[in-house]
Amino acid sequence: MSDERTDSDRVSDASAAAIGVPYRERERSVTMERMGEEPVSGTEAVVDGDVHHELFTINIGPHHPATHGVLRLLTTLEGEVVRDVKPIIGYVHTGIEKSCEDHQYWKVITFVERMDYLAYYYNALVYCMAVERLLEIEVPPRAQYLRVAHLEINRIASHLFALATGALDLGAVTMLWWGCRDRDLALDLFEMSSGQRMHTRYFQIGGVFEDIPPGWVRKAREFIEIMPKRIDQYEALLDRNEIWLQRTKGTGLISTERCLELGVTGPLLRATGHPWDLRKAMPYSSYDHFDFDVPVGIQGDNYDRFKVRLDEMRQSCRIIEQALDGLPEGPFITDDRKVALPPRHELATSMEALIHHFKLVTEGFRVPPGETYVAIESPRGELGCFLVADGSAKPARVHMRDPSFVNLQSLPEMAKDSLIADFIACVAMLDPILGGIDR
Amino acid sequence: MPDATGLELIAQGVRDAVGAEAITGTLFHREQATLEVAPASVYPVLRHLREAEEPWESLMSLHGCDYLPEEPRLGVHYQLLSMERCERLGVKTRLGVDDPHLDTVVDLFPTADYQEREVYDMFGVVFDGHPDLRRILMPEDYVGYPQRRDFPIGGEPVLFTFNEDKYPRWYE
Repeated sequence: MSDERTDSDRVSDASAAAIGVPYRERERSVTMERMGEEPVSGTEAVVDGDVHHELFTINIGPHHPATHGVLRLLTTLEGEVVRDVKPIIGYVHTGIEKSCEDHQYWKVITFVERMDYLAYYYNALVYCMAVERLLEIEVPPRAQYLRVAHLEINRIASHLFALATGALDLGAVTMLWWGCRDRDLALDLFEMSSGQRMHTRYFQIGGVFEDIPPGWVRKAREFIEIMPKRIDQYEALLDRNEIWLQRTKGTGLISTERCLELGVTGPLLRATGHPWDLRKAMPYSSYDHFDFDVPVGIQGDNYDRFKVRLDEMRQSCRIIEQALDGLPEGPFITDDRKVALPPRHELATSMEALIHHFKLVTEGFRVPPGETYVAIESPRGELGCFLVADGSAKPARVHMRDPSFVNLQSLPEMAKDSLIADFIACVAMLDPILGGIDR
Repeated sequence: MPDATGLELIAQGVRDAVGAEAITGTLFHREQATLEVAPASVYPVLRHLREAEEPWESLMSLHGCDYLPEEPRLGVHYQLLSMERCERLGVKTRLGVDDPHLDTVVDLFPTADYQEREVYDMFGVVFDGHPDLRRILMPEDYVGYPQRRDFPIGGEPVLFTFNEDKYPRWYE
């Protein structure tokens, strides 16, 4: 009778013995007898005889580098196999949308840029486009081309960072340094055109804030000359790496149909082979002037997502080149003085310009009542802005349909029944930006 | 985008299929077509639009908003997309601020899961039948619906260890 002691007795004996034992010694008191001979392999649970495995719930995050921000993943594990994931978000909710309602239209741009903090040009553009649609403003062609050039540089920077941190999650530190090195080239261009490296506030309602400085085009050309070679280097670095391939190929599978049901867009949807890109499908900001391809994947695993992002960066280089080649002459912002600030030199000579400047800076401009929804293709998918104007100088509601927020819903399905290391790869290749998710 | 005539045709199709009282109006503004729908008919209208002859198979976004001086105050917007025709259609419903209820559309569009939770969190609209209707961005014990226009900006005490017991519900 005394020999057949229950499991809990043994555990309590062990823990009782552990008290009073020095910390380092305690590890030896942990008995490994009840662990199975064979570890859990794949998805099948070992049930025979004495060996049993119980479900184990852990929190991954909120503070963990592999969660790309402050994301908490309540994960249920069976051995090494992920059985269920519940993403818990809201840790960086800062009420940006609420704050937007308290600021004039042109001051809101600064706020919305801080939502998805790796794709700030996109946030600014979608908001500006929504206001422009309510005001019925035409954006001059030069501004549209400048916007496209900056957007695509931003897309490269964002994808690079996604790739760099994603590779870091799987243990490839080199990719982090290389990716950040080349992202710096993109940030240098932003600094040159707007004075800021991040959150540039370069896009303005009706155009862009300032014309590009002399030499910017030359520097941008150097950038797009160097980037394709660098992208080939990344591909050579990762595409033959055994660890990378094993972690990405065939993991995080999700079907096109399920993606569409879940509203997943962007590289994740394209990786499943569905060529949905708003730049092609519903062109905005003169994207229909440019010749580019929409890269798609084959089966929708993490490897396809990686390849789609690489190819998108190559296509972005093509778009930037065409935008620089075809950059039209002309104004860089609308000449509607009720919306855009007058040029600086007019202030010294024109009373009207001075009045307009004063009114714009103090009161802002009023937007006629109405509501609109505008969507663009951000590096992570469909970024939408829902804007309600009530006729005052402040928006009544700014709501962003953030792609990360919607795409995150697919994470539990991607990660289900995969190994925990593949699960980390899924998070990395999902590329969620928590600033955008929580807003 | 469907034009103003196309919108009327869609509205007529919905009236024929769901009932005349389902549509309270149509709105064509700044090249954007919106169907205004009675709150009780949101689910049948969206189900009809999803399975119509020219289907709107994707729900791209779901927004809440608060039209404060107007009545009924709250609005819930559904942005539908047809990837085949590259067209968008808005569906809008208006709700009173007292005990607002809508039927969930998660079973039609699984993407609505998080977005309905966000509208519930920010505006207090209860989506009946939602599988997991909890706050999503605000803390679970939060009181109030912060995106409503009568909810003040700021003025909320920051909890530190020295003052946490002065504020109600800190222990939950």
